[in-house]
Amino acid sequence: MRWLPLIFLLLTAVAVQAIENVAPFDDPAMQERYEHLVKELRCLVCQNESIADSNADLAADLRREVREMMIAGKTDAEIKAFMVDRYGEWILFRPRLLRQTWLLWFAPGILLLIGTIVAVRVVSQRARLYTDDPGDDPTGEPNA
Amino acid sequence: MQRFMGVLRFLLPAAVFAVLLRFLYVGLSLHPDVIPSPFIGKPAPALSLPTLHDETRTLSSTQFAGRPWLLNVWATWCVACREEHATLVEIARSKAVPMYGLDWKDDRGTALALLAQHGDPYDAVAFDAEGRVAIDWGVYGAPETFLIDADGTVVCKQIGPLDMDTWRSKFLPLISGAKKGPCT
Repeated sequence: MRWLPLIFLLLTAVAVQAIENVAPFDDPAMQERYEHLVKELRCLVCQNESIADSNADLAADLRREVREMMIAGKTDAEIKAFMVDRYGEWILFRPRLLRQTWLLWFAPGILLLIGTIVAVRVVSQRARLYTDDPGDDPTGEPNA
Repeated sequence: MQRFMGVLRFLLPAAVFAVLLRFLYVGLSLHPDVIPSPFIGKPAPALSLPTLHDETRTLSSTQFAGRPWLLNVWATWCVACREEHATLVEIARSKAVPMYGLDWKDDRGTALALLAQHGDPYDAVAFDAEGRVAIDWGVYGAPETFLIDADGTVVCKQIGPLDMDTWRSKFLPLISGAKKGPCT
């Protein structure tokens, strides 16, 4: 029984190691840029994982492309454009603000605004209910 | 006004509920695993690779210009491709359009053996050992089939196995000229 935690640790260590089988960049700044970039790109095979997290063959190929483009001196924007040209806007975890994506970006704000308006109206109506003359109660509910 | 507000009190939640139902219904018929290709209606990416049958020969898409052609992405490790294989053989027999294969990250010997055993529907097969050309074409899961028109524009893409019904309704009209691309 006391071996169980050890076995668990050994198994998870393998899972963590499995993702990256290439040597990290010598320059820590480059390595950081690389790690950031591969987290921004969606793996299209297992759609809720980034290519950094995915074990899929295609994710490994895309990581290789990112790495090679970085070595060739491409900027982050150029690398993302390369991916979008081939796989579409969807490969980016944070979609850019476009005509097709503005609703995605602003929907939370719009919904919050609608919610606030509704809440304010309901609260002010309830407040009026109690200050009004009980005889004029429009809801017709019996007064306590 | 009072009556109007009263009606609204019932209509508004009903309307919101109807919109919600509509969203849920549409959501049921979506296929999130099918990602539309950004190449539809755009010039086809370049393809230049050694062939599967002969490493020293190069297959280049510039040779295909002037008439429509199909590109089928497949591999022996891809189970759905085997399912699709008989359909491809049938399409090839109809000689409607030249069919080229892109063997994606595969083993040459296994691939040749499979074609020898189950029939070879391809006019030629490009061998993409490293998967670079597949990335250029935005391939993310085999099988995928592209239709390129005589001008070199990608007019249709099938993600997943092709069947005769899809072939007749989506691809054939574009090849015969009965319909103008891109397909929907």
